[in-house]
Amino acid sequence: MSLLRHTKGGEVHERQALTVNPAKTCQPVGAMYAALGIHKCLPHSHGSQGCCSYHRSTLSRHYKEPAMAGTGSFTEGSSVFGGQANLLTAIENMFTLYKPDVIAVHTTCLSETIGDDIPQITENAIDKGLVPEGKFVIHANTPSYVGAHPTGFANMTKAMVDYFAKSTREDKVARRVNIIPGYVEPADMAEIKRLAKLMGLDPIMFPDTSGVLDAPQTGVHEMYPAGGVTIDELIAAGDAQQTIALGPVCSGPAAKALYAKCKVPQTTMGLPIGLAATDKFVMAMRSLNGGFVPEEIKYERGRLLDLMTDMHQYFYGKSVALWGDPDQLVGLSELLMSVDMLPKYVVTGTPGKKFLKRMGDVLGDKVHESFVRQGPCADMYLMHQWIKNEPCDLLMGNTYGKYIARDDDIPYVRHGFPILDRVGHQYFPTVGYKGAIRVLEQILNVLMDRQDRDSPEETFELTM
Amino acid sequence: MAPDSPEQAVELTPDGTLTSEALREELLKAYPKKSRRKREKQFIINEKTVNEDGTVTLPQIGANTRTIPGILTQRGCTYAGCKGVILGPTRDIVNITHGPIGCGYYSWLTRRNQTSAPSDDHENYMTYCFSTDMQDENIIFGGEKKLAAAIQEAYDIFQPKAIAVFSTCPVGLIGDDVHQVAKDMKEKLGINIFGFSCEGYKGVSQSAGHHIANNQVFKHVVGTDNTPRSKFSINLLGEYNIGGDAFVLEDLLERCGIELVSTFSGNSTYDQFANAHMANLNAVMCHRSINYVADMIEKKYGTPWIKVNFIGAKSTAKSLRKIGEYFADEKLMEQIEKVISEEYPAVFEAQKQYKPKLEGKRVMLFVGGSRAHHYQDLFGELGMKTVAAGYEFAHRDDYEGRDVIPDIKIDADSRNIEELHVDADPDMYDSDKVRDKWAKEEKGYSFAEYDGMMTQMAEKALVIDDINHYESEELIKRVKPDLFCAGIKEKYVVQKMGVPCKQLHSYDYGGPYAGFRGAIEFYKDIDRLVNAKVWKMIKAPWDE
Ligand code: SF4
Ligand code: SF4
Repeated sequence: MSLLRHTKGGEVHERQALTVNPAKTCQPVGAMYAALGIHKCLPHSHGSQGCCSYHRSTLSRHYKEPAMAGTGSFTEGSSVFGGQANLLTAIENMFTLYKPDVIAVHTTCLSETIGDDIPQITENAIDKGLVPEGKFVIHANTPSYVGAHPTGFANMTKAMVDYFAKSTREDKVARRVNIIPGYVEPADMAEIKRLAKLMGLDPIMFPDTSGVLDAPQTGVHEMYPAGGVTIDELIAAGDAQQTIALGPVCSGPAAKALYAKCKVPQTTMGLPIGLAATDKFVMAMRSLNGGFVPEEIKYERGRLLDLMTDMHQYFYGKSVALWGDPDQLVGLSELLMSVDMLPKYVVTGTPGKKFLKRMGDVLGDKVHESFVRQGPCADMYLMHQWIKNEPCDLLMGNTYGKYIARDDDIPYVRHGFPILDRVGHQYFPTVGYKGAIRVLEQILNVLMDRQDRDSPEETFELTM
Repeated sequence: MAPDSPEQAVELTPDGTLTSEALREELLKAYPKKSRRKREKQFIINEKTVNEDGTVTLPQIGANTRTIPGILTQRGCTYAGCKGVILGPTRDIVNITHGPIGCGYYSWLTRRNQTSAPSDDHENYMTYCFSTDMQDENIIFGGEKKLAAAIQEAYDIFQPKAIAVFSTCPVGLIGDDVHQVAKDMKEKLGINIFGFSCEGYKGVSQSAGHHIANNQVFKHVVGTDNTPRSKFSINLLGEYNIGGDAFVLEDLLERCGIELVSTFSGNSTYDQFANAHMANLNAVMCHRSINYVADMIEKKYGTPWIKVNFIGAKSTAKSLRKIGEYFADEKLMEQIEKVISEEYPAVFEAQKQYKPKLEGKRVMLFVGGSRAHHYQDLFGELGMKTVAAGYEFAHRDDYEGRDVIPDIKIDADSRNIEELHVDADPDMYDSDKVRDKWAKEEKGYSFAEYDGMMTQMAEKALVIDDINHYESEELIKRVKPDLFCAGIKEKYVVQKMGVPCKQLHSYDYGGPYAGFRGAIEFYKDIDRLVNAKVWKMIKAPWDE
């Protein structure tokens, strides 16, 4: 039985209006995820309660962790008269019952269509004394008919700058570096911080969901787990020597805002996925630490390189279908190219100006062997049709790939958001040299398992 | 199950020192004034008054009212109730979400309704997510054109027999007329196409979406295929085939000799809905989500409905017998008894095995619109005590019984959900059925009855409607139940507190739990969960 039995090869019907099996989801879930990366922050979804319920559920299924957030619970009345009353009540209830330091409000398609003015309502809340002394309400506009979940992440991250970062002195603080990690896993954020500290820097990372969405079992539910960037750190980001923004789509806007607001110079680069991108990240940090790279990092790089050389024959020439977020896709593609694999099919529903160009740069002279599509109707259904017409050797993307993997019997590595059916992604990073080792190991495992499964008796190998 | 006797008040904690009154007062104290006033009505103690004539009066609960903003509710939206719950499990309708991408994305395969198409030649669109993915310009200039184009594309590519369109929040606001678009495209393409105005802001929860779904399926699909059905034919309403429940029930009914015409909507197809009015009886599982269709079918065709419950072995047997009694056929009743006696030995065996390990343990259930009630039967069979329960989106009748329906105040939020006006069908209305119903009623057989959750619950148990995170956490801290039942948003919060949490929406990816086989499966799963070694490992040796 095939699970996606209505997906057929043959002529690919170009669609203008109907998205089928999307390769993106909506802004607020990204905003909620980012907001959870502020210490003692309670995200709030200003709209009807369904969106919030869906976002919390998705985050909980992905992380196997609580994902706390409030909703404005709009009814028909609020959709006519606006959601001011809902937000005021929500602010009062949330500060009274849940005592966060920050409420991070994001909008939904509904409140955006209504046109609610969040800053003005917040002013009102402050005037009415609903925001306790020393507590904050911040906001980001996240209409999903513009952008997608990475955009929502970017918008909420930028809000952190808009609301908190302050430039308090003429000269910047040496070695204090802001790192905006992009829409990556808690484990990735921890790994990025570790690398920065090894480089002798004093990183402020925002958002930082490590220690929040990978919290330990202690028998106590902490409404606000230990992790997350603090307000003081966010303020101090304005005095940092440099901002390194990882991922132009997710982190670029905040870095630019921080430059505009506090004159912190910024470098925006790709996510440090794979050897070359991590080299770039390390070089950027090296330019801030007086020019050294510690032994530990050199060692890690060497180990990655060792794996790449030792196992190259298994990677070589294998073609891959990828779907997901632009920043991730560029990073993964570069990693694949570095071991002579081919990102053959690449789709993302998330808009972002330079994606196609960045993919072109990564693909180089292989660009004509790849199908890359971005935007409306660039979905998993399209990708699957391509695969039906000409198969590939590997799938890399979120959980929804499992249906294709089974139907077409293709080795499959889960990567990205959401992963609803496996654990590991929250514990083991895929960024940095160590992360690349993990990604390559995952790829090797599925490719070699396939070889083991399929080889006839005479070529069944003991050693590989 | 035998209800806990009303005289015996619930013991919240093993030492019996915590009273329901004290706990309630403690919890309500923390609220701002206005919020407290609302929660007082929805957070009640099950104090039953026995009247002189022996009847029991239950306290009144506030339900189906607006959620307080910022409270951290469990609830979802109307769209979720309509597209996700009712239409989600039907495999051969192309369900297009008209709206921005998220709403459709999150309802893509996440509710685990299983389906079983006989072969690859049979349609199954449940693995697909269809969306118009509205963009800025559609919000500004309207999305009707894009919707029409999307329907056309869906038709061209997939050639389905029916297409359904679901409106999300922005659609209602910008005033897209999805019904007109559906109608036009239906005429153009010649297949059934219909829309749902199930914008998330309508009503106060998923519940409004159930109602809207019931209305439209009734209006556009039910009654379009008059193929006759056998004497002992029924529809199973309000069964969604989570974890394969419907498969168990299909098998059970078949072995009893009862013909299942349609299920609303677990493992269902479009054609089943079309033919549903030809069944001779409607058996309602989840009263909350589906009583509307049952009522409308009765009004239009004269087919009566009864309440059944296939969760719990005792309830299953009772429900089968009740169906048998309705048809009043010796052979059928014999066959039903035979099936029950075939199934029961294994159930007893399992009870013998698991009950000693679970007896006396305290449970809380906060979920859904019927499960928080039905699952109390299963826990009862294990000797476990329900100390607190409540629904996420039910109405007063689901708590207090259908007798209170005339007293329910219709507020503004409910008033905007359409009540279809249904008349008897001049050709198809079966007055024999109605006369038969009256005769049966006279003999004490009860139709369209539902006593609600509270009658069955222990005296002074806590009954909490639309519970929120604050209340759940405080309850767990103070009562330390042995098991908490809720959904995915609560699951990991509860478990972080060292208390196992059973998801009763998704069954934690287990099941089936319906029928006799399902009951055994449930006992096993509860034992595994509650008695897992890991709960005893939370304290580190250095903290002992
Ligand atoms: S309405 Fe918008 S914000 Fe809400 S779930 Fe749908 S796409 Fe996401
Ligand atoms: S936008 Fe409306 S319909 Fe969509 S998930 Fe949110 S509340 Fe539900």
